[in-house]
Amino acid sequence: MFLAGSIKSFGSYLILMRRVLSRPQRWSVFFRQTLHEIYQLGINSIPIVLLISFFIGAVICIQMKLNVESPWMPKFVVGYATREILLLEFSSSIMCLILSGKVGSNITSEIGTMRVTQQIDALEIMGVNSANFLILPKITALMSMIPILVIFSIATGIAGAFAIGEFTGIITAEDLTTGLQHEFKQWYIWCSIIKSFAFAFIITSVASYYGYRVTGGSVEVGQASTNAVVSCSVLILFSDIILTQLLMQ
Amino acid sequence: MIEVLSVSKQFNGQEVLKEITATFRNGEVSLIIGQSGAGKTVLLKCIVGLFTPEKGKILYDGRDISSMDKKEIRHLRQEIGMLFQNSALFDSMSVLENVMFPLDMFSSMTYNERRKRAMFCLDRVGLSEAQYKNPDELSGGMQKRVAIARAIALEPKYLFCDEPNSGLDPQTSLKIDELIHGITTEFGITTIVNTHDMNSVMGIGDHVLYLANGNLAWEGNKDNILNSDNELLNNFLFSSDLVKKVKEMSLK
Ligand SMILES: Nc1ncnc2c1ncn2[C@@H]1O[C@H](COP(=O)(O)OP(=O)(O)OP(=O)(O)O)[C@@H](O)[C@H]1O
Ligand SMILES: [Mg+2]
Repeated sequence: MFLAGSIKSFGSYLILMRRVLSRPQRWSVFFRQTLHEIYQLGINSIPIVLLISFFIGAVICIQMKLNVESPWMPKFVVGYATREILLLEFSSSIMCLILSGKVGSNITSEIGTMRVTQQIDALEIMGVNSANFLILPKITALMSMIPILVIFSIATGIAGAFAIGEFTGIITAEDLTTGLQHEFKQWYIWCSIIKSFAFAFIITSVASYYGYRVTGGSVEVGQASTNAVVSCSVLILFSDIILTQLLMQ
Repeated sequence: MIEVLSVSKQFNGQEVLKEITATFRNGEVSLIIGQSGAGKTVLLKCIVGLFTPEKGKILYDGRDISSMDKKEIRHLRQEIGMLFQNSALFDSMSVLENVMFPLDMFSSMTYNERRKRAMFCLDRVGLSEAQYKNPDELSGGMQKRVAIARAIALEPKYLFCDEPNSGLDPQTSLKIDELIHGITTEFGITTIVNTHDMNSVMGIGDHVLYLANGNLAWEGNKDNILNSDNELLNNFLFSSDLVKKVKEMSLK
């Protein structure tokens, strides 16, 4: 039952994506919409990304200090471990999980409301490919903003680690710097960015799919947003495993 | 000209439209009247292709909409203006942007020309001062008028209005009716209007279709509607005292 349902949903998701990933009917309108979405989905997410990354950076630093550091390990291990966690998982996967809550529910409720108030029908009647018009700018916008969000997240996470070191004195700035620079691999940053591209696509396309197929009224729009966030999170976690395998080997 | 040929539509086994056949000519406003729940909206949605009827054909100037692919339908729809029962304005755009939207999408005009055209349409519905407002700052009747402006922005060949007058005072209703009638005759548009408003019927009812329980129960015009011997229609019409009096006077 569940499996059949999932396959059916996946099929209709693919059909929707085929309509979405076609040439925009008017490039000027597409660019205007995309700019608007960059603001809505990208710029508006910067504060929460900065806030969370700063505190998580600080907390990871404290945890590493308390749990990992021991007399027979070099002092820089705290900085090293903090950097690896931020680069490899937090700033891509965990941050996208958080964004799926913010951005995903926003997208589903916006498109769902347009569906139940017949705005999507109005678009279709005008001869507009509503799926392409509404969804493609969102996908484009978040995918083009996500590398910036990832870089911001890494930077503020590291800033958080420095801040807690400075504030509590658990680790000196020199030790932290040594650790952060120890065996640094640029590839890890690229991994983060590549993974986040995939997550950005999942968040925008899956959330849009849930909104686009809403029938009913405001109750159904609410349910759809919840379902969208759950599905996005599960899919992000799954694809994280696969991508990590592929990218880190 | 739009031809509807024995169209039937059901929802979950319940027949909402039963073998409707009708012809809508250009340059003429056709009014579909009937009780709430009679199937007026469903018929209109079948005609524009938002619902697919189980049986029957719909021809736009001879072009069969059910045999078109997505692209052809999209092309046809650029010739259609539609006013939804709940207006369905885009709430992320201002009033002016709403009216300009079809022009942005499909016209080859410059920005200034599009703006001018949109302002002209807004002016026609008497709302040029509201151009910078958001739809949610307008009353229901004003939203209706904006939706009409948006529907006529691209100079459609076919215009569909689902209850353009509901929620409007008699004076504004009259203006809207005249507006719809005016552009229909002026540009030779094929216009279909759903309404329960007897004022509209008596005002612009050159072609009136009465829908009852999914059947096309009567067809005629404002001159013979009061003298019909169709019982269903008479029950529907003369539920209003005003119309009763009008009939008595006309008999005298
Ligand atoms: N999407 C739908 N799914 C199931 N039934 C529907 C749907 N849309 C309409 N119906 C049914 O079709 C019938 C006709 O509805 P319709 O909306 O056409 O009435 P109407 O004549 O437009 O009424 P009103 O004047 O109140 O707008 C109703 O019984 C309604 O329950
Ligand atoms: Mg209706």
